[in-house]
Amino acid sequence: MNDTGTEARYLACLADGRFMLQRDPVSGLTIFPPRLRRPGGGGELGDWTEVSGRGTVHAVTIQRKRDAAARAIVLVDLEEGGRMLSEVVGTDPETVTIGMTVQAHIVTEADVPHVLFEPAGDRT
Amino acid sequence: MTGFPRARTSVVGAATFGIGECPGHTALEMTAQAGYLALDDAGIGLDEVDGLFVALPDDYLGGLAVAEYLGIQPKITDNNRTGGSSFLCHAIHAALALDAGLIDVALITYGSNQRTASGGLVSALKSSAYEAPHRAMMPVGGYALAASRHMHDFGTTREDLAQVALAARAWANLNPEAFRTGPLGLDDVLGSRMVSSPLTARDCCLVTDGAAAVVMTRADRARDSRAPIPLLGGAQTVTHKEIASMPDLTVTGAAITGPQAMAQAGITPDEVDCVQLYDAFTINTILFLEDLGFCPKGEGGRFVSSGAIAPQGTLPVNTNGGGLSCCHPGMYGLFTMVEAVRQLRGEAGARQLDSPEIAVSHGNGGVLSSQATLIFGSPATV
Repeated sequence: MNDTGTEARYLACLADGRFMLQRDPVSGLTIFPPRLRRPGGGGELGDWTEVSGRGTVHAVTIQRKRDAAARAIVLVDLEEGGRMLSEVVGTDPETVTIGMTVQAHIVTEADVPHVLFEPAGDRT
Repeated sequence: MTGFPRARTSVVGAATFGIGECPGHTALEMTAQAGYLALDDAGIGLDEVDGLFVALPDDYLGGLAVAEYLGIQPKITDNNRTGGSSFLCHAIHAALALDAGLIDVALITYGSNQRTASGGLVSALKSSAYEAPHRAMMPVGGYALAASRHMHDFGTTREDLAQVALAARAWANLNPEAFRTGPLGLDDVLGSRMVSSPLTARDCCLVTDGAAAVVMTRADRARDSRAPIPLLGGAQTVTHKEIASMPDLTVTGAAITGPQAMAQAGITPDEVDCVQLYDAFTINTILFLEDLGFCPKGEGGRFVSSGAIAPQGTLPVNTNGGGLSCCHPGMYGLFTMVEAVRQLRGEAGARQLDSPEIAVSHGNGGVLSSQATLIFGSPATV
């Protein structure tokens, strides 16, 4: 799998049921989105590592397209490092707040795997 | 050494065309027409244009298309696309190319028929493989996320956001060119359809047609023109593309470009007489006023709610009505430059400020991604 680009590798890991990111050896944090080299510095990135999927909602907006259900679009700060855009599901969107702890899970729609979040509840 | 040729170039022509609805015209025709009008305003012939700066809404090779349409063979064709800030970046590049003697006459021009052609916002913004599966409404979602964080961190309210829209409308009511005029109240904004919380439809810019253009020359030639407006400083940066990668949701690249451009111009924020900025959404105005140094970080909401930016306020902002009430053809940046020039020339009609000396023009692109700041002065400031 090392002969693919980082985007393909990230998606292949998700398709395999694993949420994997690269660790920045300078900060010790994982980065998102994946890259070929360290953002900014340009040095080598560390090995891919499976992250816990635990995170905290950094920002939230409720969107409702015409005639569709409301959705909570969020930016989530991952516990190991990295911020990603996603959606919090499994709860009333209006109850999603900044600071809420959430847990990632992988879903596949139209053959494209991606990461959604649910409230972490008692699992934190 | 600020690296910018302060006051060594000037805007000598400025024009708008087809603001609001411009049926029967292509974007290319509107772009050309704005360019012709700006050259007429400058008193310069088309055959003298040797620097062409273009970002069309629907054509990645628009620089080529506009050169062909105009029938010119430019020495420099700059098709730089940093979203709505493109044209301010063009002005910086034009100033450098003029000052270096590579070109003698720069034309920066843009037109969009998005309202009559498609009825929706024409956006070049494409989501990455990481963002796309979530099908979030963008760009509004990016700005809404930033607004949510600003409210969380600094206590900014929806009423504060709404005050930006109300000030824009009050200015638009003084501008016969503005597309959306008439009374607008706080409840109208707050009660409007929620698009992407906390932003309602009235927190979002218009979807209109419109074209604008400016002509720039070196200062020596500009002295012979009718009403030259010197460019005193210009700075640009990019901090991210997608909102998840914005380094800090409450601090934009304007915190870099504003102080840089003002240092080049040799001015401080308290010397600025008006600010023309890219208000794609009401949160933009709050963020940019903070980052450009007109109020402390976090105080932007309270600043706009004090009435400071509205007519009779201490810091007139978007005196044409802005993207919120004058026009928003998709990439609004060039309109901030035209309005700054009109104010400094004293040609702004009922909305004319009392002898302004310094005007800031600020452009934004993407989702708070690209920022560019220009400082224009009256001839007396050179």
